[in-house]
Amino acid sequence: MNARWATLLILAAVIAVIPWFFPSGYYFRVAALVWVTALGAVGLQVLMGQAGQVSLGHAGFVGIGAYAMALGPKYLGLPVLACLPLGAALAGLIAFLVGRPILRLKGHYLAVATLGFGILVAMVLVSEIAVTGGPDGIRIPRPEIFGWRPRGGEAWYWINGAALLIGVWLALNLQHSPSGRALAALHDSEVAARTIGIDVARHKLRAFVIAAVYGAVAGGLMAMMNGFVTPDAAGFLQSVEYVTMVVIGGLASVPGAVVGAALLVLLPQALTVFHDYEHAVLGLLIMLFMIFLRVGIVPGLASLLRRRSA
Amino acid sequence: MSLGTLLRRGVIAAGALLLATPVMAQRAPEPIRIGAVLSVTGPASFLGDPEDKTLRLYVNRINQAGGVNGRPLQLIVYDDAGDANRARTFATRLVEDDRVVAMVGGTTTGTTLAMRPVFEDARIPFISLAGGIEIIDPVQPFTFKTPHTDRMACEKIFADIRARGLTRVGMISGTDGFGQSMRGQCVRVAGAAGITIVAEESYGPRDSDMTPQLTRLRNATGIEAVVNPGFGQGPAIVTRGYHQLGIRLPLYQSHGVASREFINLATPAAAEGVRLPAAALLIAEQLPANDPQRQVVLDYKAAFEREFNQPVSTFGGHAYDGLMILVEAMRRANSTDGTRLRDAIRATRGFVGTGGIVNMSATDHMGLDLSAFRMVEIRNGDWVLLGN
Repeated sequence: MNARWATLLILAAVIAVIPWFFPSGYYFRVAALVWVTALGAVGLQVLMGQAGQVSLGHAGFVGIGAYAMALGPKYLGLPVLACLPLGAALAGLIAFLVGRPILRLKGHYLAVATLGFGILVAMVLVSEIAVTGGPDGIRIPRPEIFGWRPRGGEAWYWINGAALLIGVWLALNLQHSPSGRALAALHDSEVAARTIGIDVARHKLRAFVIAAVYGAVAGGLMAMMNGFVTPDAAGFLQSVEYVTMVVIGGLASVPGAVVGAALLVLLPQALTVFHDYEHAVLGLLIMLFMIFLRVGIVPGLASLLRRRSA
Repeated sequence: MSLGTLLRRGVIAAGALLLATPVMAQRAPEPIRIGAVLSVTGPASFLGDPEDKTLRLYVNRINQAGGVNGRPLQLIVYDDAGDANRARTFATRLVEDDRVVAMVGGTTTGTTLAMRPVFEDARIPFISLAGGIEIIDPVQPFTFKTPHTDRMACEKIFADIRARGLTRVGMISGTDGFGQSMRGQCVRVAGAAGITIVAEESYGPRDSDMTPQLTRLRNATGIEAVVNPGFGQGPAIVTRGYHQLGIRLPLYQSHGVASREFINLATPAAAEGVRLPAAALLIAEQLPANDPQRQVVLDYKAAFEREFNQPVSTFGGHAYDGLMILVEAMRRANSTDGTRLRDAIRATRGFVGTGGIVNMSATDHMGLDLSAFRMVEIRNGDWVLLGN
C-alpha cells in the first residue's frame, strides 16, 4: 500500500472514529467546521504548496461560493444544492479570467495582486447592499437532499467529512499525476520547467482555477451549514488564515493543510479559557510551531520520526 | 448495543461521575448559566467592549446581592471578533456544551442573524443587543432585542419635523451599512409620517468633502429640512459643510452620532441647532426629576464610570437592559426552563431600562415606543433636551 492510500485511510478512520468521543452536538459543529475549512485549505495547498504560487485572496473565492448559495435561490429560483456546482463553476471562471493576467506576476507582486482581488470581492459583497444584503449578511435556504434536510452539526459533520475525503483524494492524485509533477517542477524553477517543455503559464492557471473551485465548494458548504453568510467570509483576515493553515501544516503536504486547518479552527475554541489573552497565546503558539517545525507540522514530524527510527 | 454506543455511554457515565462528585460534596446551589457571544475585539469592538464590561459588572453585583432565585449567576462570554461564522460556533457551544439557560448578546445584526437559528432550534431565549429591525420583524418565538431600531429614529425625526409644521425633506445618507439601513427605513416610513422626500444625496464613508451634494440639496426647490442618516465621521463633515454653505434649514442627525466626539469633530459652531434623537443615557443629568428613567440611567452611568473609569456608552446600556429583563423574567417565572422563561420575558411590562420603558408582547419582542428616544438639540457645544 502506498503513502497516498495510507493518508486517505488514516483520514477516513479519523472521520469515522472520533464522533464516538463527542460528548455533545457542539463537538460535531466544530469538527464539521474543521473538515470544511480543511477543504478550502487543501485547495490553497495545490496552488501554494504544489505550484508554488502565493495567494492572499483565497477567501475571495470562498466568499463567491458562499454567496452563490444565497443569491442563486433568491434571484434565479434555483434549488440551493444546484448552486454548489454553479458557485464552483463561477469561481473557476473568475479565477480563469483573473488568473491569466495576474499569474504573470511573481513573488511579492503576485501576493499583492491576489490580495487586491480578495479585497475587491469583499468590497463588492459589503457595498452592493441591494443584491448581497451588505455587511449584515444574507440568509441561505436549508437544502434538501432527496427529501432529507440536513440539520445540526451531526449531519454536516458527515457531509463535510465526505467532501474533504474526496477533496484530499483528488489533490493527492493530482500531486502524483504528470500535471502534479509539472507543478512541482515549476515550483522549483520556472526556467528549468520551461526548458524541459512544460507550459508554465497553463499549469499555473490550472492550479489557480483548482484552488478557486476548492475554495468555492468549501464556502458553499459552510454557508449551507450556517444557513447564513456575511462578507467576513471573503475578508482579508480569512485569506491570511488560509495561508497560515497551509504554511503551518506543511506547504508540501496535502494532509498538512488538513492539520493546519484543524489547528486554526480548534485553537481559538480551546484558548477561550485565557479570555483576554487568547489572541496573544494563539500568536505565540503559531510562532513556536514555525520556529521548531520549520517545514510545517506534518513534514516536520514525519522527518523527526524517520530520524528517531533510523 | 454496538461497540460505539457502549464506548460512548461509558465515557459519558465516567464524565458524569467526575462532574457529580464535587457538587455533592459542596451542596452549594448550582449556578444559573447565562451565555454571551459578543464582538469584544474586531471592527465592532466599540460596541462589544462596553457590553462585555457591563455584563460582567452586573452579574457580579447580582451575585453579591444573593443571586437569582437563591442561585448565583454564571456568565459565559465568548468573543466572536465580529465574525458571523465564529459567532455561530460559539452559539452552538453555549447551547450544546455549556448548556446555558439564556443568551444575552449578539453585538451586530450580522452575528445575531447567524446565531438566531441555533437558539430557536434549542428553544432557548436569546436577547440580542443589535440594532437591525429584521432581528424581531417578523417575530421569532425565542428572539428578543433591546436597542432601538433605525425605523424608530426615522419616525422620531419625522414627528419632530411635522411638529415644526414642515413636510418636505431632503436626505443625505452614508453608503455604509448603518447609513443605508437607516435610509431604507426612513424612505419606508416617510409616507405614513406625512413626510415627502423631495431630494436625495449620498456620500461614501471615507469622503472628506460633501460640499457638492449639499450644494445640490441647497439648490433643490421646496426642501424644508435635511436629514442625515449616517455613522462615524461622515455626519460631522456634513454638518461642517452645511454650516460653511450657510444653509439655514433645520438639520437632523441620527442616533448614530450621539457622542461627544461628534460635536468636537463638527465644531460646536457648525453643530449649533442640529437636532437628533438620542437615548436617555446621553442626557442623564438633564432628565427632569420625575422622569421614570432618570434614576436608572444615573445609577448605571455612575456604576459603569466608577468601575471602568471611562465614559458610559448607550451600547453598554443595551447589555444592562438585556440582562435585567432576563433576570426579572427568571424571578417571575421562578424557573430556567426555556419556554417558561420566554413566556416571562414576553410578559415584561413597564420595565424601566437605559434604552426606554419596555413593554413586550407576543407580537413585539423589543417593546420600545417612540418615547424611548429623546429629541436633543446641540446648543453651545452641549446637548439640550427638548420638551417632548
